[in-house]
Amino acid sequence: MTTRVLELDGVDVSFGFGSRRKHVLHDVGLTLDEGRTLGLVGESGSGKSTLAKVVVGLVRPAAGRILIDGEDMAGAGRERIARLRRRIQLIPQDPYASLNPRMTVGDALAEAIDPLRGRAEAHRDTIAALLAKVSMDADAADRYPHAFSGGQRQRIAIARALAVGPEVIVADEVTSALDCSVQAEVLGVLRDLRASMRLTMLFISHDLAVVRHVSDEVAVMSGGRIVEHEQRDRIFASPQHDYTKLLLASVPDGKPLRERRGTAVSK
Amino acid sequence: MTVAAVKPAAPRRRLRPTPGLIAGLTVMAALLLLALVAPWIWGDEAEALGGTPYLPSSSEHWFGTDPQGRDVLARTLVATRTTLLMCFGATAIAAVGGIGLGAAIWVAGPRVREIGQRLIDVMISYPAVLLAMIVAAVLSPGAVTSVVAIGLATCPAFARLTTNLAANIAARDFVSTARLLGVPPLRLLRRHIVPNIAEPLLVLVSVAFTVSLKALSGLSFLGIGVQIPSYDWGKLLADGLQDIYNNPAPVIGPSVAIVLAGLAGGLIGDGLAAALSPNEGGGRARGDRAKVKAALGALDASAAAGAVAVADDLVVSLPDGTRLVDGVSLSIAPGEIVGVVGESGSGKSLTAMSLAKLLPEPLRSDAAQLRVGDLDLTGNPSRSRLATEIGIVYQDPSSSFNPVLKLGGQLTETLRVHGGVGRGEARRRAVEQLKLAHVTHPEARMKQYPHELSGGQRQRAMIASAMLTKPKLLIADEPTTALDVTVQAEVLKLLLEANERDGTAILLISHDIAVVSSVCDRVLVMYSGRLVEELTAGQLRAKDAQHPYTRALLAATPAVDEDTEPASIPGRPPQPADRPAGCAFAPRCALVRPVCHEERPLLRITGTGSRAACHVVGEPAEAGAPAAVEAGAPAAVHETSDVPAGPVLPEQGAAQDAEETAR
Ligand code: SF4
Repeated sequence: MTTRVLELDGVDVSFGFGSRRKHVLHDVGLTLDEGRTLGLVGESGSGKSTLAKVVVGLVRPAAGRILIDGEDMAGAGRERIARLRRRIQLIPQDPYASLNPRMTVGDALAEAIDPLRGRAEAHRDTIAALLAKVSMDADAADRYPHAFSGGQRQRIAIARALAVGPEVIVADEVTSALDCSVQAEVLGVLRDLRASMRLTMLFISHDLAVVRHVSDEVAVMSGGRIVEHEQRDRIFASPQHDYTKLLLASVPDGKPLRERRGTAVSK
Repeated sequence: MTVAAVKPAAPRRRLRPTPGLIAGLTVMAALLLLALVAPWIWGDEAEALGGTPYLPSSSEHWFGTDPQGRDVLARTLVATRTTLLMCFGATAIAAVGGIGLGAAIWVAGPRVREIGQRLIDVMISYPAVLLAMIVAAVLSPGAVTSVVAIGLATCPAFARLTTNLAANIAARDFVSTARLLGVPPLRLLRRHIVPNIAEPLLVLVSVAFTVSLKALSGLSFLGIGVQIPSYDWGKLLADGLQDIYNNPAPVIGPSVAIVLAGLAGGLIGDGLAAALSPNEGGGRARGDRAKVKAALGALDASAAAGAVAVADDLVVSLPDGTRLVDGVSLSIAPGEIVGVVGESGSGKSLTAMSLAKLLPEPLRSDAAQLRVGDLDLTGNPSRSRLATEIGIVYQDPSSSFNPVLKLGGQLTETLRVHGGVGRGEARRRAVEQLKLAHVTHPEARMKQYPHELSGGQRQRAMIASAMLTKPKLLIADEPTTALDVTVQAEVLKLLLEANERDGTAILLISHDIAVVSSVCDRVLVMYSGRLVEELTAGQLRAKDAQHPYTRALLAATPAVDEDTEPASIPGRPPQPADRPAGCAFAPRCALVRPVCHEERPLLRITGTGSRAACHVVGEPAEAGAPAAVEAGAPAAVHETSDVPAGPVLPEQGAAQDAEETAR
């Protein structure tokens, strides 16, 4: 039997007050089972980033429940939230901004292992194991982030998220700042981790092609609501909601947008 | 452990000392040494009473004597210790207090931060010396009082810089990630924030030193600083000044000392600022590397003749000679849509910007030929022709318009200034273009500010603006990268419409293979500043690419309608300064041969009719077709290799065969 790791129920979020109050999330419900990856797609302003913030606890919803392993986060006090927070880890979008340039990779990982006293020396083996998980050599721990490429940094960020031993990983547009070949590298790491660790992941992206390659199921957001949530293959093969259809139709698939004219290719 | 010992941890940003910094540090070191030893050596002489007072400069007393007959030179030297101690004291108080205050305000949370920052602003606008004078006057005057006063008065500057820098760093992802990990605030400050703001604070410290030197000297000069019997430079200056008309000598000693110390502080500050500035780093000077000449891009002469845009052997380089674009040749036929794909750093945008004469400083472009229509871009083309014959659409629609001007004025500007069109007519045409670009409510938009439009509407307006002058060439640099996918599809259609309606040729720059192949006629693939393949969009769509890099790129691109896993390319592109000799892709290429490391491959026609710059493509063994045909244009001239000029390709093929059999 699968365990339900994350459950959102009737989550409402709004910013501002009075007449300028703006609803960002309407009655959002989501479930995520252990070992599954849920791809969350939507365009800018659809609320997917806010949803990520709600899940990691950076934004408190006005209404609704967020259950992590059955524990309610919305009603929890400060301390409980701090504890629950560690069970959900975020991989941020920009690998150049997400690592402290003045801290060695080892120190950064050590801090994730023990945020109060972590030192690289004390956790050498754990750090080496973490780096190995993202296919990096142990000596990376002694170096500073600037020595690494965007893809390697993103792998380090993934290792840092794993260091906490979280129940759920929230990956927020983790490949959108990367070049295509580097993106493939990061997707490869995530794919391996999903297979080897039964990673449970909420994978947020605006890129349907990327989502297709990472997810088991896909939820489509629009205007602060989840308009469709289906198994991956079904949503790509037979989208039900009009917005999902539009989204899929808009992805440039390489097919010409118009018939070739006679003038093409002068050789 | 041994690994760490052998390979030391990568250094932090290297500090590159400037001559000014070295001079400043030298003078400061000399002053410190003086401060240490002077009281022992000249202490007695400086205190010895009973000499002749008011002596002018002489060989015995270089700067004369003071009213009590003491040697001014000795006193100046001895005063170094007191003066420097006071300056350091004041600077320390300012730095510790200010940074502490700034950090406290920052940690305290949003509301306190707001109030605190206002308070600091008020304090900063209040002159430090004035504040110090009040403090010194209220408390009993003396060395300690003035040090504390000046120190406190300089605090706000540190506090403000600290809060500003901290706010800046705190907005970065790594800080919020650390928060998520549960790192407590103080540790956050100590490990994540302070190390990242240390450099500018260090610069401020040296500035604060200079400021407090001046202020402390001023206070002593006014008599509310150091009191008898102690003395510092300011006090000596005041003493000397009493009799300056009869005997100017005693003023010179302390003046020189103050100027020297102040100068040292200033030089150190400036030097640190320059040495630490990030754009100073990197950029190793490097001589012009192997010159491989024109044949590289091998421009097709017949295609170039009627082209709307031509670049022949285009090189974009840094001042040190590093080539960011290394010999790219391309031509665009009238009405053609040419795409340029490549990953970041491939030089695709620089190539496009060269064609618009919009290279940022200090880059320079050289080319055998660079023109749009009959407008020669290698010289100094007329600005108005540039503005009217080349239209540009940038990636970020929000930064391409001036946010404080209404759209109407911005849209009509080029037409009015460079096209000699009247206001009313320009307006009418602008509205018409907005309509053609499917901007909603075109009339009303003219009176709006850019931020009042959505991203998609802004990009449409941008295209309208670019098309207004009926340009010969429209350069679109990642026009849809910042847009949502549904909007992207519409904007791409819009580009096609413009192309069909006016026959405008388009150069479309994109990192997205799918975008390029759905819009373009012909596609150029760039890697590490060079053109590696030129093929039709149809071939690209069919994944019928020849060059190993293009193939790898295709394999790395995830498709929305396929399940094949995207494959990554091992390694990463070389930095332009470290581009390997021979093929730039060689370190990552699966098909690499020995020849690839030695000889730069030329663009030549492949079996499928595309052109690829690769030694392996088009080999008889691979293609089963006749050996590669040379792609028109002059034969390769390798100035640096031993390969004889002339018919290179057959020889190359033979060499490769030989190598193959050797293996
Ligand atoms: S020239 Fe050699 S290294 Fe370069 S792409 Fe072709 S086979 Fe690979």
